[in-house]
Amino acid sequence: MSAVISASDLDLTFQTNDGPVHALKGVDLDIAAGDFVSFIGPSGCGKTTFLRVMADLEQPTGGGITVNGVSPAEARKSRSYGYVFQAAGLYPWRTIGGNIRLPLEIMGIPKAEQAERVARVLELVELGGFEKKFPWQLSGGMQQRASIARALSFDADILLMDEPFGALDEIVRDHLNEQLLKLWDRTGKTIAFVTHSIPEAVYLSTKIVVMSPRPGRITDVIDSPLPRARPLDIRDTAEFLEIAHRVREGLRAGHADD
Amino acid sequence: MKSVVPVLSVIAAIIGFWLLAVIPMNMHLVADQAQRDGAVVMPDTPIARQEVSGIALAVKNPDLIPLTYDFNRPRLPAPQQVAKEMYDTIIGQRITSKRSLVYHGWVTLAPTLLGFVIGTGLGVLLAVGIVYSRVMDRSVMPWAIVSQTIPILALAPMVIVVLGSMGVQGLFPKSIIAAYLSFFPVVVGMVKGLRSPDAMQLDLLRTYNASKSQGFWSLRLPASAPYLFASFKIGISASLVGTIVAELPTGARAGFGARMLVGDQYGQPLVSWAALFAAALTAAALVGLFGLIERITLRRMGMQAT
Repeated sequence: MSAVISASDLDLTFQTNDGPVHALKGVDLDIAAGDFVSFIGPSGCGKTTFLRVMADLEQPTGGGITVNGVSPAEARKSRSYGYVFQAAGLYPWRTIGGNIRLPLEIMGIPKAEQAERVARVLELVELGGFEKKFPWQLSGGMQQRASIARALSFDADILLMDEPFGALDEIVRDHLNEQLLKLWDRTGKTIAFVTHSIPEAVYLSTKIVVMSPRPGRITDVIDSPLPRARPLDIRDTAEFLEIAHRVREGLRAGHADD
Repeated sequence: MKSVVPVLSVIAAIIGFWLLAVIPMNMHLVADQAQRDGAVVMPDTPIARQEVSGIALAVKNPDLIPLTYDFNRPRLPAPQQVAKEMYDTIIGQRITSKRSLVYHGWVTLAPTLLGFVIGTGLGVLLAVGIVYSRVMDRSVMPWAIVSQTIPILALAPMVIVVLGSMGVQGLFPKSIIAAYLSFFPVVVGMVKGLRSPDAMQLDLLRTYNASKSQGFWSLRLPASAPYLFASFKIGISASLVGTIVAELPTGARAGFGARMLVGDQYGQPLVSWAALFAAALTAAALVGLFGLIERITLRRMGMQAT
């Protein structure tokens, strides 16, 4: 299987007043089609920066990266990924349906098809019936689901998610993780997912990328042996705990040189 | 409805202070008049009376106090005198009459509204330019700020005279002054509003590969709505003040500004005060109207008015 996202020897250095900051250094990674890849690491390890490079929101200062076989800029222009931010960022003056319609309007998709797609992605995130509600009428978890629906609405093959559930409480997070897995299973999308949480990373991913800061780099890549179908209680199995342990070790190794 | 009691308390305090101030303010005039009418007044010459304060005069001649509230040409008219003058000139006159405050109100309101439309239109255009062009951001904003430091009282006669010599008269020169005062709050509010979307929201549009104009219409413009309404409310009252100021130094025959000046020059303080209060009520009504439009619009947009 060819790589959907492929980075080789990727560098990104920010010039700041306190001197250069190496956000990414020598990053090599291949993400295959249909993979669910989590990026985990402490703050400053460059996981969000890496995601933003894939999305052409940051420019690398060295090395190469391709998304869908082309540069991130071309991938962005051909709208080949959907991006979910840490906050839902719904427009308060648009209804839920109107927010999901936003990318479709911008991309010039015909009205009739817009309505049909909005209805479909709302079902996908289990928000059917909320189309006419305004964002403030929804809970935080529901808003984040609406923002995922917005990213899904234009049917990009790649979903880039930057700590989408970071601001939610544990119970809501568990529920959304379960839903996200189902959604991934049904749609067959390639997902790159940034997180702070070890259980979340292990539960969701087929591939876990452990990163460490100063300079931001990959310290371990774990291919998960867990099956695709994962009930929530898989987190109590020995296999799961073993992967979690390896992730924790990787994170600790990254910190050893502090 | 909770705000009724505090608002009424403030109004009661102001009227109470006003009623108290009427006595010392008018005491000397009343004493002079009473003496001419044959009453015994202490002290008994106008010059001697100049030496004592209004309060002392009131204490020495308590029987004259009621007269201060009903004096013909008071230094400070009593509230009920102003109210009666306003009733007579608003309700008691045909609105086409030169004595009607409704007539004068329209003479002032028309250029106010035209000036407001010109000012806000210009303000919005400048704000869009400032937000989208670095050059305009650096060049226009300082001038906009400098423009507001020039006393409008000095500028208004020049504008009126220059435009008059070019044959432009009537409504338009006053509108220019009104626009001059109202464009600034709109520029400031609109620039802030158009810049209010955060980096994440701008990034989101970038991931959709949205064009600049799509970003403007779908994000920046709706995000600026609450700021724009705040600016409208300041702008419309500034516009009214601008029109009145434009009427003051130029020998205008009609309008609130002309009435204030006429009352002052011909010793008819009631005329000035009635015009002053009518102008204040007009400003309050205009601001209230925009507040109402703001509420309706923001509710329709699913946002709460602040």
